[in-house]
Amino acid sequence: MRTKKITPWLYITPAAFLLFFFLVYPSINTVYISFFNYNSEKFVGIKNYLYCFSNEIMLNSFRNNTLWVVLFVPLTVSLGLIIAVLVDRVKYESIVKSIIFMPMAISFVGAGVIWKFVYAYRPASAAQTGILNALRSFFQLEPLPWLIIRPWLNNFCLIIVGVWIWTGFCMVILSASYKGIPRELLEAARVDGATEFKIFWKIILPLMKPTIAVVATTMTINVLKVFDIVYVMTNGNFNTEVIANRMYKEMFIFRNYGRASAIAVILLVLIIPMIIINIQRFREQEAIR
Amino acid sequence: MKKLISIFSGIPLHLVIITIALIWILPSVGLLITSFRSSADVATSGWWTVLQHPFNFTCYTLENYREVIIRIGIGKAFWNTLLITIPATIIPILIASFAAYAFAWMDFPGRRLLFVILVGLLVVPLQMTMIPILRVFNKLGLAGTFPGIWFAHTGYGLPLIIYLLYNFISGLPSELFDSCSIDGATPFQIFKKLVIPLSLPALASVTIFQFLWVWNDLLVALVYLGGTPDVAPLTVRISALVGSYGQDWELLTAAAFVSMILPLSLFLGLQRYFVKGILAGSVKG
Repeated sequence: MRTKKITPWLYITPAAFLLFFFLVYPSINTVYISFFNYNSEKFVGIKNYLYCFSNEIMLNSFRNNTLWVVLFVPLTVSLGLIIAVLVDRVKYESIVKSIIFMPMAISFVGAGVIWKFVYAYRPASAAQTGILNALRSFFQLEPLPWLIIRPWLNNFCLIIVGVWIWTGFCMVILSASYKGIPRELLEAARVDGATEFKIFWKIILPLMKPTIAVVATTMTINVLKVFDIVYVMTNGNFNTEVIANRMYKEMFIFRNYGRASAIAVILLVLIIPMIIINIQRFREQEAIR
Repeated sequence: MKKLISIFSGIPLHLVIITIALIWILPSVGLLITSFRSSADVATSGWWTVLQHPFNFTCYTLENYREVIIRIGIGKAFWNTLLITIPATIIPILIASFAAYAFAWMDFPGRRLLFVILVGLLVVPLQMTMIPILRVFNKLGLAGTFPGIWFAHTGYGLPLIIYLLYNFISGLPSELFDSCSIDGATPFQIFKKLVIPLSLPALASVTIFQFLWVWNDLLVALVYLGGTPDVAPLTVRISALVGSYGQDWELLTAAAFVSMILPLSLFLGLQRYFVKGILAGSVKG
C-alpha cells in the first residue's frame, strides 16, 4: 500500500512508545540494578546472584520450579491430547470440552480457593468437609494435611491445580490440530488392519508433533512464571516456594530490589530459549506466507 | 478389528470421558453449593450431603453473599475490578489495531526488525519490568491509582494483541486494499471503513482475551495498586481473605463465586471467539 513516509510512524508510535516504556526499558534497567544493593545505591557486583545460587530457600525454589516443569508440562499436554482424541468419538463432545476448558475463564485466585477447599483438612475426630479427606475417611484412612506434607505431596497437590486450569487450553489447540488430520488417512490405516493404538502412535502422534511442540513450549513458559497458585494456596510455606513468589517477596516484603532484580533476570534467562524458539517459529511461518 | 473399534467407541469410552468430566467439574460444584449453605452446616458436614435432598431449599441461604458483598467489601472490589478492566481492555486494543494495520499493510524501514522484537516481547516475564516501572510510578504519583494500572496492562497486553490482530489483518485479501487506494481513499479511511469492520471477529477474540486476562490478574494489581480496599480488585481482596478467613469456607466460596460470575458468563456466551483467539497463536502466559 502506498503511503506518505510519515504515515506508518503515526500508526506505530503510540504502541512502540508504550512497549518501550513498559517492557524494553525496564527489562534493561532490571539487569542493571541486579548488580546493586537493596536500594540501588551501591554496586555489589555479582553478590545478588551468588545469593540466589547459595540461599537455601532459593535453591528450594529452583527445585520446585523444576518439579513443576517436569510434572506439569507432560501432564497438561498428554491429558489435553488424550481428551481431545477421546471426545472426538462421542456426540456430547462440545459439552465435555466446555467443562474441561472452563477453568481457563476463572482466575488462579478463584481456582486456589476451589482447590484449597478440596484439600481441606481437619483432625480425624471432626467431620471432614474437604472432599479428598472425606473420601479417605470413607475408606477408613487417616485424613491427610495435603498442603503441609512436604516436600513432594504438597508440591504435587499444587501442580494438580495448575493441571486442572491449563489442560483445557492444551486440549483446545490439540483438538483443532487433530481434526485437521484427513479422516481418509485414518480410515485407510483401519482398512489395512492397524489397531487404534497403533494408529495413535504411528499416524496421529507424528502428524501432530509440531502442534504438540508449540503447546509444550507455551506450557513451559507458563510454568516457569507460576505465581498466583502458590501465592494463594501456601504462599511458599512448607517447602513449596517458587521463583516468581520469591521475587515478589524480595521486592515487597524484604524491599531488596537488588536481589529481586537478580531473581527476575534468572527467570528471564530460563525463558530465553523459549523466546528464541518463538522467533524462529515466527520466521518459518513468515517464510511460508 | 471391528471389535476393537466397538470397544473403543463403546461403554468403556463413555465411562472414561464422563469420569474425567466429573473430576473436572466436581471442585467447582462444591464451591457453588458451599457458597449457598449456612456456616453451621458448612462446619459440620460436607457439601455433597445436600445431594441427598437437592430440592430441600431450606438448607440454602443467601446470607453468605450478603455478608461478603456488603460487610467484607467484595461488592466494592467487584466495582474496582470493573473500573480497572474496562479501560485496560479498550485502550490497548485501540492502540494495537493501529499498529497491527501498519505492520500488515504499510512499508517502512525497520518493519521486520520491530516485529521480531515484538514477538520476543511476547514472553518476557513481567517480573523483569516491575521494579523500574514501580519507581517511575512512585515519582509520577501513579502507584496505587487506576490510570497507573490501565497503562501497565496496556503495555503488557500490547504484544499479544498486536500479534493476533496482525495475523488476522495481514490475511485480508490485498485486492481490497488496491481497489480502495485506486479510488483515492486515504490509509485512515481504509482503516476505518474496511479494516475495522472486516476484523470484528478478531477484535472480539482479543477483547475477550484481554478482558479475562485483566479481570483475573493478581500480580500486576498487587504490585501497582496494593491492597488498600479503595482500589483493590477482587483477586487481591480474595487472596487476602484466604489468609484471614481461612476456615470460613461459606464466605470464601461466596466471594470466589462473585469473582467468577462475569468471566464465566462471558466465557460460556462467547466461547467460540475465545477458542479462535487461542488458536490464532497464543504464547502469552
